[in-house]
Amino acid sequence: MGWLEPLVFALLSLIALVLFSKKVSAIRRNILLGRKEKIDDQPAKRFKNMLLLAFGQKKMFNNPLVAILHGFVYVGFVIINIEIIEIIIDGLSGEHRILYPLIPSLYPYLINCFEILALLVLVACVIFLIRRNVLYIKRFKSKELDGWPRTDANLILVTEIVLMGLFLLMNASDTLLQQRAVGHYADHPTGNFLISSWLHGILGSFSDQSLLITERTSWWLHIVGILAFLNYLPYSKHLHIVLAFPNTYYSKLQPAGKMDNMPSIQQEVLYAMQPELAPTDAAPAPLRFGARDVMDLSWKNLMDAYSCTECGRCSAACPARQTGKLLSPRKIMMDTRDRLEEVGCQLDKKSDWNGDEKSLLHTYISTEELMACTTCNACVEACPVSINPLDIILQLRRNLVMEESRTPAEWAALFSNVENNFAPWKFSPDDRDEWTRSV
Amino acid sequence: MHVPTVAELVAQGKTPEILFWVGCAGSFDQRAQRVTKAFAQILDQVQINYAILGKEECCTGDPARRAGNEFLFQMMAYQNIQVLNGYGIKKIVTTCPHCFNTLKNEYPELGGDYEVIHHTTLLQQLINEGRIKLQGGGSFTGKKIVYHDSCYLGRANGIYEAPREILEWLDADLVEMKRCRTNGLCCGAGGAQMFKEEEKGDTRINTERSQEALATGATIIAAACPFCNTMLSDGVKLAEKEDQVSVLDVAELIATQLGK
Repeated sequence: MGWLEPLVFALLSLIALVLFSKKVSAIRRNILLGRKEKIDDQPAKRFKNMLLLAFGQKKMFNNPLVAILHGFVYVGFVIINIEIIEIIIDGLSGEHRILYPLIPSLYPYLINCFEILALLVLVACVIFLIRRNVLYIKRFKSKELDGWPRTDANLILVTEIVLMGLFLLMNASDTLLQQRAVGHYADHPTGNFLISSWLHGILGSFSDQSLLITERTSWWLHIVGILAFLNYLPYSKHLHIVLAFPNTYYSKLQPAGKMDNMPSIQQEVLYAMQPELAPTDAAPAPLRFGARDVMDLSWKNLMDAYSCTECGRCSAACPARQTGKLLSPRKIMMDTRDRLEEVGCQLDKKSDWNGDEKSLLHTYISTEELMACTTCNACVEACPVSINPLDIILQLRRNLVMEESRTPAEWAALFSNVENNFAPWKFSPDDRDEWTRSV
Repeated sequence: MHVPTVAELVAQGKTPEILFWVGCAGSFDQRAQRVTKAFAQILDQVQINYAILGKEECCTGDPARRAGNEFLFQMMAYQNIQVLNGYGIKKIVTTCPHCFNTLKNEYPELGGDYEVIHHTTLLQQLINEGRIKLQGGGSFTGKKIVYHDSCYLGRANGIYEAPREILEWLDADLVEMKRCRTNGLCCGAGGAQMFKEEEKGDTRINTERSQEALATGATIIAAACPFCNTMLSDGVKLAEKEDQVSVLDVAELIATQLGK
């Protein structure tokens, strides 16, 4: 091979890597726009969660059939990427199947494994496409998926099918060229592979020249496809394959029912009750109560948003969603990511950008959605990668109530009752032990 | 039967071994009062050294906090912790999963550190220790009972088995809804929803849940939370099934077996 192919290959890879790392650092910056929150306790427990949930995909097994299909795609994706190493070395050096002479007896086994996995990935992706587009599965039909999110999902599946197809086509034409002892292909007598040899029937009638073109084209399309997919990843919901790991690691270890404390308000109440404890130089009041925009959420909330693959298990489990309310925990996560991406875009344009008239609360998420949440934790429990939509809902509610004083009239009555009667209903505190008279 | 208050015991130079935190629903809501009484009877019968705070108890602040009013929550927490610490309370039992969650998980970082257990856990312990015994054959033998998981007991705190083990001890035919345990459907009351009208939708959450419970054919829907109890009772009434199906707290089921 000449010098042109390796040069083009090196250039393409370089461009792909530069673009990818630029986007990755933008996402990192966006996540770090979030409020600081120290999460470094119990590393052993966190590591175990990551192994079980991200690596072991524990929660996917709530539906074993889907878990197995998803497992094929996941294992396939990870393991077939080992083959990419060879492809990259080949591409840069202008060699062909550079690993074969090093491990001639092992090589066919390896490729056979990859091919079996490629077939499983292909089959699983076809089934997933059918599940999404032909069968009626409620969580795939929601309004919030209309437009780009649904296209994104299908695009990912189709891309994987095409990539796997190209991989098999490349091997099929390669092994046929070996049989016909065409050019350098004869130097790597790997023999036929398990799955790609099924394509020999179709390719058998091709001339040597057509086969060569088929082999080269599928090799190039395969690797260019992978480089393109690598760059598509951070723009798509597919980013979960990476972020599932840190996201499960940093997920909440305390009981799910515990809400985050607000120390500033705790202090304020303490000083109101015991003024003698108040420092003379009063600390400034916090600038923000709860969260109004993405920057007010914690970095973990923002990583949650990037980790979401929009599967909708949260919304399928949500009591509000199941009874037709506007609230959908999946939409909360999608909105958070969309708003964060928007903020990121503004910052890309102008690094000293200082907000616009929009905010996550109201522009993206409405009061009606927030008010419908029963804080039941079903969404948190359902998420395979430990995303916590409830945490975001509660922070937005805090802002709504404490900064905007926007609260339904019944809740205003609730607050007044708790404050004055120490109970959510209008009963006299003196009657609290009335029941004891009739036991 | 006399229900002692902590103040009373302290005046006599005594301290209760365990504080029974009654909660607002348990104190004021007529339906929940029956659960409170049933549980107090059990405590009395097994001669547990317990007491209530009586008029000194305040809302834990749970609904205020979940509705977004952190100020009000902090005020209630401050008052309650002052009282509890003032009396040197070490252990608390409560019939309300919302109070349970707040006292157990949210008060410690505010300076209120107690051993907090839910009444279903205490009842299960008493049964295991042989302190609660079935009188006669037990009237629930073979009776179809479905248990509804409270979110604040189940998902929020991982307590799924204690109430179920009690129902099995009652020799009932325990049946499950499809949405149970970690997958349980909320009754619709949590997060301060109890205190406001639901948002617009196809149906009410409690209707959906009650219908699921009724579909099991159980004659008793067992609950472990005063709010779930109200929501499911309403749902059963709406379905006009209140004559055939009753919604009862696990404590009430046990109390009927004590022969009182």
